[in-house]
Amino acid sequence: MKAGHPRLAVVVIAVLLLAGGSLGYVLHARHRERPPQQAVADASFTLDEPGLYFRDSATGRVARLPARGGPRVTGGPSCDRFYAAGERALCLRKLPGLPARTRALVLDRRLREVRAVTVPGIPNRARVSASGHLVSWTAFAVGDSYATSGFSTRTSVLDLRTGYLIKSIEGIPLTIGGARHHAPDVNYWGVTFARDDNRFYATVSTRGRTHLVEGDLRNWSARALRENVECPSLSPDNTRIAFKKKVSGDPRSPWRLYVLDLAGKREHPLAESHSVDDQAAWLDDATVAYALPGREGRASDLWSVPADGTGKPRLLAPGGSSPVAVR
Amino acid sequence: MYLATTGRTDAPPRTSGAGRRVPGTVLALGAVSLVTDVSSEMVTAVLPLYLVLGLGLSPLQFGFLDGMFNGATALVRLLGGRLADRGGRHKRVAGTGYLLSALSRLGLLLAGGATAGIAAALAADRLGKGIRTAPRDALISLSGPPETLGRSFGVHRAMDTTGALLGPLAAFAVLRATTDAYDAVFAVSFCAGLLGVLLLAVYVPATSGAVPVPVTPRPRTALRDPAFRRILCATALLGAATIGDSFLYLLLQRGLDLPTALFPLLPLGPAAGYLLLAVPVGRIADRTGRRLPFLLGHAALLGAYALLLAPLAWPTAIAVLALLGIFYAATDGVLMALAGPLLPVRGRAGGLAVLQTGQALARLLGAAGFGAAWTLWGQRPALWMAGLALAGALAAAWRVLPAPAPAREAS
Repeated sequence: MKAGHPRLAVVVIAVLLLAGGSLGYVLHARHRERPPQQAVADASFTLDEPGLYFRDSATGRVARLPARGGPRVTGGPSCDRFYAAGERALCLRKLPGLPARTRALVLDRRLREVRAVTVPGIPNRARVSASGHLVSWTAFAVGDSYATSGFSTRTSVLDLRTGYLIKSIEGIPLTIGGARHHAPDVNYWGVTFARDDNRFYATVSTRGRTHLVEGDLRNWSARALRENVECPSLSPDNTRIAFKKKVSGDPRSPWRLYVLDLAGKREHPLAESHSVDDQAAWLDDATVAYALPGREGRASDLWSVPADGTGKPRLLAPGGSSPVAVR
Repeated sequence: MYLATTGRTDAPPRTSGAGRRVPGTVLALGAVSLVTDVSSEMVTAVLPLYLVLGLGLSPLQFGFLDGMFNGATALVRLLGGRLADRGGRHKRVAGTGYLLSALSRLGLLLAGGATAGIAAALAADRLGKGIRTAPRDALISLSGPPETLGRSFGVHRAMDTTGALLGPLAAFAVLRATTDAYDAVFAVSFCAGLLGVLLLAVYVPATSGAVPVPVTPRPRTALRDPAFRRILCATALLGAATIGDSFLYLLLQRGLDLPTALFPLLPLGPAAGYLLLAVPVGRIADRTGRRLPFLLGHAALLGAYALLLAPLAWPTAIAVLALLGIFYAATDGVLMALAGPLLPVRGRAGGLAVLQTGQALARLLGAAGFGAAWTLWGQRPALWMAGLALAGALAAAWRVLPAPAPAREAS
């Protein structure tokens, strides 16, 4: 019994030290300087000024590069993903803690909250239709397949005219190759809306393949158009779709940006040679913007490239993501 | 003080009042596992979030990182068993495994955003986990008389599961307190991991009194023993008829249309059942022989499949979770208690490693097969197939497993 005492003392001291160290670190983490997660936009920061809006990764807040040139203006709301069109903006924010939840905030042009919805998962894609009437977002649901650590997605569509929210579009009747498709593993992500506020395009993944689907909100139906298209983004004139295409089995650089001509059904690669894992955004009918993993330790950088496959990528904003051109 | 009296290597395994007390080594190893599981489950709970949201990895890259090492662990486990058997270095090999996993948290902390650093840290964690499992189970099986092994493993697994349940809660608390400072989770996890290593170093005797066996010229390999081969064969058969927990949870979630936010809570049900039942089932196994509980545990799993074929409602879902808990309580530690005494002392860690690896690979095959069947023929036919396969495997295992419990005769 006696021989046990020194040992017990060692363990008690170690427990105190380790518990103290843990507590110290937690307190340090609690009080250190970090970007606020819930910041609202400064009163002077609105969408009225035309320019390139994006998420500034240093602050986690939306920033602007004015169209007429000039330095970066910060002071937007803090968002993990951002998009804006027409009269509305959509800001996805991860709520702190576990399990992961996403707050989807619909904002007006003064970036004041119009509507907010909370859904499970990690914020992933955000889109607003050109009129601002429809918004859609995708969140990664962690844990749908617990052991394989895979992710599944949940894509929602919110019609702001009626206020009607479709929490998951998974149930939409889907046709692949002319036949109704039933499978437990369908996942949708990356919606992009057409100008008519009814037609939309998205990615569906099922049985290990990804398809471009064209959906119809009024008729509540969707059909697959072609394979190997992810994160479609419709051009402002609604004639072309920019998307990422899986071109390699190498998990370090699987994708390449392509543009598909909807009328001729022809596709061509863009001049960006890096693997792009983003839903591209059209700056105008001739240029797309997208985020790439950042250089020099930045989380991501914003680039643009001509949509016709010519030219060279251009660095738009170091430390940026979620690009959107506001006119 | 109970724990303090247990470290004496010269003390023979306690046989007095064999019905009452669990060997101190088992309690010590249980404490080590508890603390280590808190540490590792903390990280498991936040890792996907950290990688995808904190570092902006795509889920595909994350899946790649995560899956990369899973296959390798099986081989590392065999290696750990082998190393431990050489000269009875169970404690040292297990300790190295625990230390590697603890240090991997430090690696995550220091890696910052570097993907290579994170990959290395994950690899170190898996390596540690692979190395330590077989020597640890060998230590448990060597720490007491064979006829109480069921209870010993029950106690160890119950403590282990407690840690696994506490880990995500701890991670949740840290994330709440720091508004999503993932590095704080890694720091706390590192401290807990170190404590586990320290408990092992201080309270687990080096060779738990069992190795003063004369040096045999060449230790028999486990596979030569026909009784062990039968256990391995039955385990592999049953393992290959298991569909994988993730599928069970997915079926439940879809059947009940459960909100995704609640999904991560589903595994808590079986874990709680396992926690409550591990010790009593272990005791029963000691009394009736381990063969019967092991087979009945799989019968419980078969019951869970059958329930899933019926229309789902909350009561059936709860019953499925309970049956899954019974399945784990009646098979996991019980299998070690079944096989342990058959293995020679100097080949025990290696033999258990072979058994665990065989089971893991068979289950992987079973899950993959079920996934394929689900995709090809749909959910119900796949479930029917799984049920029939399990029933067949049970019938076969009934014949193959060495009949009346060999606990007393062997070793």
